[in-house]
This record gives sequence, structure tokens and C-alpha cells, in this order.
Amino acid sequence: MKDALRKPTKIEKMDENLKKEISGLDRVGFDTKGKTKRSGSFLITNDKTTTAESKEEKLIVMPLAFGIQVYDWINELRFSLVDSNKDEYTKEVASKKEIIGSFIYLKEGAKIKEPFQSCFFLHGQGFKQVLHNIIVLEPNSELNIITGCATGNLVSVGSHIAVTEIFLKEGARLTYTMIHDWGSESVVYPRAAIDVGKGATLNSNYIALTKVKEIQSNPTAFLADRASVKFNSIIFGKAGSKFDMGARGILNGENGNCEIISRVASKNCKTILRAYIEGNAANTKGHTECNGLLLDDRSSVKAIPELKANNIDTSLSHEASIGKIAGEQLNYLMSRGLNEDTSRALLIRGFLEKGIEGLPPSLKKKVDKLIEIAASSDSV
Amino acid sequence: MDNLKNQNVLLEVKNLTVEVEGKRLLRGVDVVVKEGETHVVFGPNGSGKTTLVNVIMGLPEYTVVEGDIIFRGNSILDWNITRRAKTGIGLAFQHPPVVEGVSLGVLLKTMVPEKKVSEEIVKKINMEDYLEREINVGFSGGERKKDELLQLLAQSPQLVMFDEPDSGVDVDSIKLMVKIMRQLLQKNKPIRERKNSGIIVTHSGVILEEIHADKGYVLVDGKLLCSGPPLDIFDQVKKHGFERCIKEAHEN
Repeated sequence: MKDALRKPTKIEKMDENLKKEISGLDRVGFDTKGKTKRSGSFLITNDKTTTAESKEEKLIVMPLAFGIQVYDWINELRFSLVDSNKDEYTKEVASKKEIIGSFIYLKEGAKIKEPFQSCFFLHGQGFKQVLHNIIVLEPNSELNIITGCATGNLVSVGSHIAVTEIFLKEGARLTYTMIHDWGSESVVYPRAAIDVGKGATLNSNYIALTKVKEIQSNPTAFLADRASVKFNSIIFGKAGSKFDMGARGILNGENGNCEIISRVASKNCKTILRAYIEGNAANTKGHTECNGLLLDDRSSVKAIPELKANNIDTSLSHEASIGKIAGEQLNYLMSRGLNEDTSRALLIRGFLEKGIEGLPPSLKKKVDKLIEIAASSDSV
Repeated sequence: MDNLKNQNVLLEVKNLTVEVEGKRLLRGVDVVVKEGETHVVFGPNGSGKTTLVNVIMGLPEYTVVEGDIIFRGNSILDWNITRRAKTGIGLAFQHPPVVEGVSLGVLLKTMVPEKKVSEEIVKKINMEDYLEREINVGFSGGERKKDELLQLLAQSPQLVMFDEPDSGVDVDSIKLMVKIMRQLLQKNKPIRERKNSGIIVTHSGVILEEIHADKGYVLVDGKLLCSGPPLDIFDQVKKHGFERCIKEAHEN
């Protein structure tokens, strides 16, 4: 606890290599150079909180261990959404003596325009990061969080285990965007759940465009009356990666609405896309959509949509399509003088970009660029 | 046409015989297109007109059973689509596909990285509002045809093939399209200075009144019949349909 409570190490005081690596984190949306406006920042490097700052009075940002000292109610929230006994990873987080992680707390009615940025960074080969994060948005507040998860340039092996519990009170709105850029041999097991209060809104975007050994994530949103949730995932799986991704929406309140939309382009990658929506109340709606693009014979995409209706007035639907690049489109682009690789890259980029239509404009541009790089840098 | 007799041959299609899944679509087609010439191909539906231009473009679903295609003195049968396009062959597709997620602007930028060039071209064809749109998604028939010409302007091919460029296009748009086709075919240059050539596949004579073509053919059941001045052929087709041409060919 003592270590987690100490003041964050300033980036300026770090050794040059680390500083350089951290300055490169803008690839996952974490800007250390002040190029883009941010309402605050939180950065954990391995198990050390390197930055915890807010530029807004009503936005409280601190290491979770410190938050527990300040706000005693946080202890009641811990493991109230994610069962500590759910699996070996949640158990590991729960059994950790020293709590490492972030606490982000937005006070009632505060509507923060500039995005808040956080980053979980693995520096040093083979490090295992075990985190617990809690985010609370009080009634009618609004926040846009960009979370980047990355390993250092020279790091390929690492593991990231994190429990994240998010509480959106009545009328609160959260846009939560996570960009992953893990090392090629990293294993990543986030466990997240979101309590979406009456009339609250969650827009969750997940973007992973680089090689990773294995990621397994399946966050659950519990929706109260009039709550609205959209999970949107864009994945470019490659080079032996394994993605087991999904989202769950439990429509407990009336007039709730949940959408789970996934797009995955897969090159030598095994992907499972899960989507589960449960309608437990009247006038609720749920929709899942999965689009898979297979780029070679070594890949597989398995879509597992599940719908469960426990109320006669719930309306749930799903659609899924998995296929390869259409030859007709490829020939068309080649007939304009583009070579086959460029044409393929353009089509993959187009396929993935279809998934970012709901992003905020500033982020859309950034993700658009990331997709362009991911699609063109790969010999597809 | 005499003015063109000393021009270089740009395209030579020799005894071209083509099949798709065992079905013969072209039977011994011979065409010679010189630099600066525009040829017109008429014919009933399913006669092989689209097959001819698609095979010259190099679309892979066709099997060339016999014959050759010579472009600028080289046999191009083994060349893939990109190489043909880069060497100067362009095609305005009859039914261009929808390309979801790829905007017209991104395609043009990839084709012509110099931003200024693509901007000028887009202005010329009044398609500024289309740049952000995905290629052919929600485009009307006329918009698709216009988009095809825009892409050809960006590509700037020496052999420009138009497959039914005027079908589904309203009268006002045809004027603009004719203007662009004339530009692609360098019709505003003196004949001897023209390097670009064209093959127009059409059902209608409207554009032939605006775009002078040098040779016309009727393609029936994969064979080229009745070559001659395009407007004469079109008049014959208008009056008698394709029957007379087929009959004459049989008699000969």
C-alpha cells in the first residue's frame, strides 16, 4: 500500500529510455506532449503510478489505493460488479495485497468536454501487471475516456490482468475508448463490468490492431431503466494472435437499449467474438452484429451471438457475416492501377473503418490513421 | 479515317476466343485500334460486348482459349489487371461494384497522390460532394457512371474503354459525360496529335452524335459482324434491328 500511495513519479524525472517510450504512447491515444487537449491523465508504468492529474475541479483522479483512503465508500464498490471468485485472474487481483490501479471520479452534473486519458504501460520484459480500476460518474455528468494499453518497443513478453468496475449514475454519459497495442507475446485478461444507471449512456469502443499472444475480454453491462449501451469493437488480428472478445448486456430496466457491434479482420489469427444480450424488462431492445473478414486459410473467426428473452416485451436480434475479400472489389481497384497489396490494404482499411462511425470526430481521425497504418504496413 | 492511316497501332486483338466455365463467349474476334481512333461495339444483350472489354482489362474470370491481345506491341495475356492499367488500359465498368468503407476521396488519393491533381479533376466533374462517400454506396445509376469517368480521368489511360457509359444517365448528365469522354479521348486535339484511343460499348446512338467514332462493329454471339462507319451501322440497327446484319453475315 505504501508504495502505491507515494506521489506519482514525474515523467521528467525518468530515465531517457523510459521517457522516450512514454512519449511514443500517443500511438494508443496517450499524449504526453500536449498536442491534444486533455482534461486529465493517468499513467501506470508496470506497477508504478507515473501520472495522476486532473485539470478539472470536479474530476478527481488518483491511484485507487489512495482513493480508498479518501473515500471510504470505494471499498463497498470493489468487487461489487465483478465477482472476485469469477476466475483465476479476478482471484489474483483480489488477493493482491498492494492495490494498483486508477480511481476516476466525476462529480454530479459535471460535463467535461476534453477527453481524459489513461494508459497502462508494460515496460521491461516479462512483467506482470495486476490492476484494479474503479470509475464513478455521478448523476448527469459526462466524460470521454481514452485508455491506451501498450508495451514498450523492446518488450514482447508481458501480462496484464485487470479488474475494471464502472458505475454510471442516473443520466450520466460515458464514452470509453480502449486502444490496445500489446507486445507480440503478451497475454491480456481484462475483467470489466459496468453498472449503467437510469437513463445513463455508455459508448464503449475497443480497438486492437497489432499482434498479441492472447486477449480474453467479455465485459458485462447491467442496464437500468432507459439506459443505453453500445459496445463497438474493431480488431485486426494477425501473426498467430488469439482474440476471445465479447460483450454482454443485461437489460434489467424498462426501455433499455443495448447494441454489440464487432468487426474483425483476421490474418493468421484465431478469433472468437461473443455477444450476449439478455432482456429482462419491458420495452427493451438488443441487437448484436458481427462482421468477420478472413484474409488467409490459417485464420478462423467464430461468432457466438446469444440472445435470451425473459420478458414478452423485449425485442432482440442478431446478424453475423463472415467472408473473404470480394474478388470483384479487388479487381475493380486493381483496374485503376493499384497493385494487389495496396488494393487489399484499402479494402481491409475500409472494412475496419466501417466500425468507427460512432466515434467522436477527434478520435475518429486518430483511429482512422491507426487503421491506415495497420492495414498498409502488413503484407496482406 | 485516312488521316489516321499512318498512326501507330495501339491495340491488336487477334482471333480472340474466350470461355467462362466452358461456355464460349467470344469466337475469333479481330480488332485493330490505332492511336487516336475510337471504335464502337454494338450488339444485342449477351452477345459478348462486355466480355470483350473485360478480357482486354484482364478480369480473371475469363479463359482465353485462343488468340492474343497485343497492346503497344506487347502480348498482355499474361499480365495481371494492375500491369495492364498501369501500362495505359482503362475501363469504365458497366456495373461497377459497391466498395463499402472505401471513400471515393481515399481511392483518388491512392491513385493520384498529388492532392492538387485529384482536386482539379473532381471540380471538373462537379463531384466535390461525393469525395467523403463510400464508392458507389447509394449512388444512382447515373452517379455510378459519372464516378467511373472521374476515376478514369485520375487514371488517365491511353486506351479508354467505356461499357454502356450512357445507360441510366439522364439527358442533362449525358452532356457532361460526353464532355469528359471527349477529353479522355483527346477529341479536342487535332487528329494527328491524338494518342488516346477508345472502345465504346453502347446500345444508344445519342453519344455518337457528340463523339465522333471511326469504326463500328456489331458483335453477335461472340463474333464481330458488319464493320463500318458507326453512324451507318447504328442507323441500320435502328431500322432493322440486328437481324439484317446477321443475315448479311450468313450470306457472305
